[in-house]
Amino acid sequence: MENQVLIETRRLKKYFPVPAGFLHAVDDVNLKINKGETLGIVGESGCGKSTLGRVILRLHEATSGDVLYDGMDINNFSADEMRYMRQNMQIIFQDPYASLNPRMTIGQIIEEPLKLHKIYKSADDRRARVEELMELVGLPMRSYNQYPHEFDGGRRQRVVIARALSINPQFIVCDEPVSALDVSVQAQILNLLMELQKKMGLTYMFISHDLSVVKHISTNIGVMYLGQLIEKAPKNDIFNHPLHPYTIALLSAIPSTNVLQKSKKIILKGEINSPINPKVGCRFATRCPFATEKCTSGNPQFVEAAPDHFVACHRWKEVADGTLKFNM
Amino acid sequence: MENNTVLEVKNLHVHYVTSESAAKAVNGIDFEVKEGESLGLVGETGAGKTTTALAIMQLIPDPPGIIVDGEIYFEGNNVILNTDKENQAMRGNGISMIFQDPMTALNPIMTVGDQLSEVLLTHEKLSKAEAKKRVIDLLEIVGVKSDRYDDYPHQFSGGQKQRVVIAMSLLCNPKLLIADEPTTALDVTIQAQVLEIINNLREKYKMAMILITHDLGVVAETCDKVAIMYAGQIVEAGTVREVYLNPKHPYTRGLFDSIPKLDDDSSELIPIEGAISNAADLPTGCYFHPRCRYCKEICKQQQPPQKGEGHTFMCHFDLFSEEEKEERR
Ligand SMILES: Nc1ncnc2c1ncn2[C@@H]1O[C@H](COP(=O)(O)OP(=O)(O)OP(=O)(O)O)[C@@H](O)[C@H]1O
Ligand SMILES: Nc1ncnc2c1ncn2[C@@H]1O[C@H](COP(=O)(O)OP(=O)(O)OP(=O)(O)O)[C@@H](O)[C@H]1O
Ligand code: SF4
Ligand SMILES: [Mg+2]
Ligand SMILES: [Mg+2]
Repeated sequence: MENQVLIETRRLKKYFPVPAGFLHAVDDVNLKINKGETLGIVGESGCGKSTLGRVILRLHEATSGDVLYDGMDINNFSADEMRYMRQNMQIIFQDPYASLNPRMTIGQIIEEPLKLHKIYKSADDRRARVEELMELVGLPMRSYNQYPHEFDGGRRQRVVIARALSINPQFIVCDEPVSALDVSVQAQILNLLMELQKKMGLTYMFISHDLSVVKHISTNIGVMYLGQLIEKAPKNDIFNHPLHPYTIALLSAIPSTNVLQKSKKIILKGEINSPINPKVGCRFATRCPFATEKCTSGNPQFVEAAPDHFVACHRWKEVADGTLKFNM
Repeated sequence: MENNTVLEVKNLHVHYVTSESAAKAVNGIDFEVKEGESLGLVGETGAGKTTTALAIMQLIPDPPGIIVDGEIYFEGNNVILNTDKENQAMRGNGISMIFQDPMTALNPIMTVGDQLSEVLLTHEKLSKAEAKKRVIDLLEIVGVKSDRYDDYPHQFSGGQKQRVVIAMSLLCNPKLLIADEPTTALDVTIQAQVLEIINNLREKYKMAMILITHDLGVVAETCDKVAIMYAGQIVEAGTVREVYLNPKHPYTRGLFDSIPKLDDDSSELIPIEGAISNAADLPTGCYFHPRCRYCKEICKQQQPPQKGEGHTFMCHFDLFSEEEKEERR
């Protein structure tokens, strides 16, 4: 059975004008997300994960490139078409404290999108839908008239999820949805998101800097570095056969709870490049122990090194066949 | 007390009292740290980790904070009885603390080099030139090049700022370093660099360390011992090996079951139900009982005793002993 692509980006770019020139927040990103799957996006702070999510949802206008939703190029949609389209796409943010209006009750917050998109005619229908959603995300009915400040982080995030689901979206960008939560509560929300995906066939783009969380929830994983997608593959391929030197270093740096087997860490040297007016060449070259003349003079292409496994590195073949190894 | 014990905390209680409420932040904790040893203090938001650290540093904001009971011995002296002057001396060259947000430790309008030299000059009799040399050497050790001496904090990245803060905390060769979430704000590749620096320096100077974090992986990789805090109590403690291989408290078990394992992503996450209790309104009996799947009547009524030697835990039952496990089957 052929997987159906729900989201596709082609040469997607987002440059922010800054006093010193242009900040390349998203630079030439090509990716596909299949229906019902989760694409995890990892990378260090400021590498462009949130901006990518926002540009895909058109919360930011792209500088250039295309975003296709179910084959339709939404960058050319009119405001009206886009409003209709928005029902299919939602975003969940990291901070459940900032994203809820403190003066509205939980019931009102979840109901708001239903009113906005005029999905139900009567208040009774809306109320019934809100109650259905509250049950779905595990909120007790008595919270209907409570206010966000009475809730802890985990329950607030449930409210945020219920609100995002209210208008039956197909695609949800989850931007660090559990990063602000304690681990015990984080597990509650991760389980909820996975359960909802199964039940409703949702498609996620899941942004996080926590690689174990991303591995747990994703189908495919994309690694970003300074605005670019540098590697993307099914999660087990990323973890078992990483091809980009940055991915390899990143994976080795994850602190492990395994006390029987201490893992060796790759300690990177060198400074991180600036995303403002980046020079040609691989953006990781300043920190890459394998960088050569070629790496600083030409941009590596994002190529399919193995089925579904994409990488942008001049020397990926030598990494793949074991010629290049990190000194640990 | 053994003479290589650097720090000993006994029955420490700290409350924050305001006109509206009294938050019981730390509720009777005991632990010790020996020379050169590193202790990981792990717990969720509000568990009382920072409060414990501030109590040791004698920096509890008063009001509203009060050390209600307990003793804190640093090199044999009960620091609670210290004069302000003695405390200053202790913080100058006995105990240093790295705060979570590196910016709070750095003055934005002074160059990094001048700030570090000034710290050194207030605590030691040195000429300006000698101080500058010491600072440059130390910056070099933590991986900040000497040509950054005259730069301001905002010109540094997060990881570099954290290195500067580490250098600052080591200026006067402390016996004990308390690091409060020193790498939480950093990316993992940078975190690995910073932890390596801390580990190397610890070895070099035989420094004792308390590392506060909620990352069980970071503790596994940097600490000898671990103490798990819940609602202001240490509910389990021991060597990292003992506690990680054989957790005895349901909360510790719950923490391990909640985190995704990298080597086994098929396993389901088992969250701990509910959320941590409000310090101003703690439950009766065992503070963990409302969230505990093994809770019995006695747990709601009586505080559990501390059990075990070396590897200690606070629970009415020894739930994960072979006999108990057998019984539940
Ligand atoms: N509105 C804006 N104007 C100018 N620059 C911006 C703007 N929004 C983001 N940036 C810059 O774009 C880059 C990418 O930012 P983005 O927030 O997408 O990163 P991120 O990967 O989500 O980081 P984090 O993990 O810290 O959330 C950063 O250098 C950031 O400073
Ligand atoms: N200055 C203060 N005034 C009143 N209450 C306080 C104050 N500082 C801390 N508390 C309360 O004391 C308890 C313990 O707080 P503490 O900061 O020690 O926790 P922590 O374990 O460091 O948490 P985190 O992981 O969030 O840093 C919390 O309930 C907190 O709300
Ligand atoms: S004492 Fe009871 S409630 Fe507390 S952890 Fe043990 S079993 Fe659970
Ligand atoms: Mg972001
Ligand atoms: Mg704290």
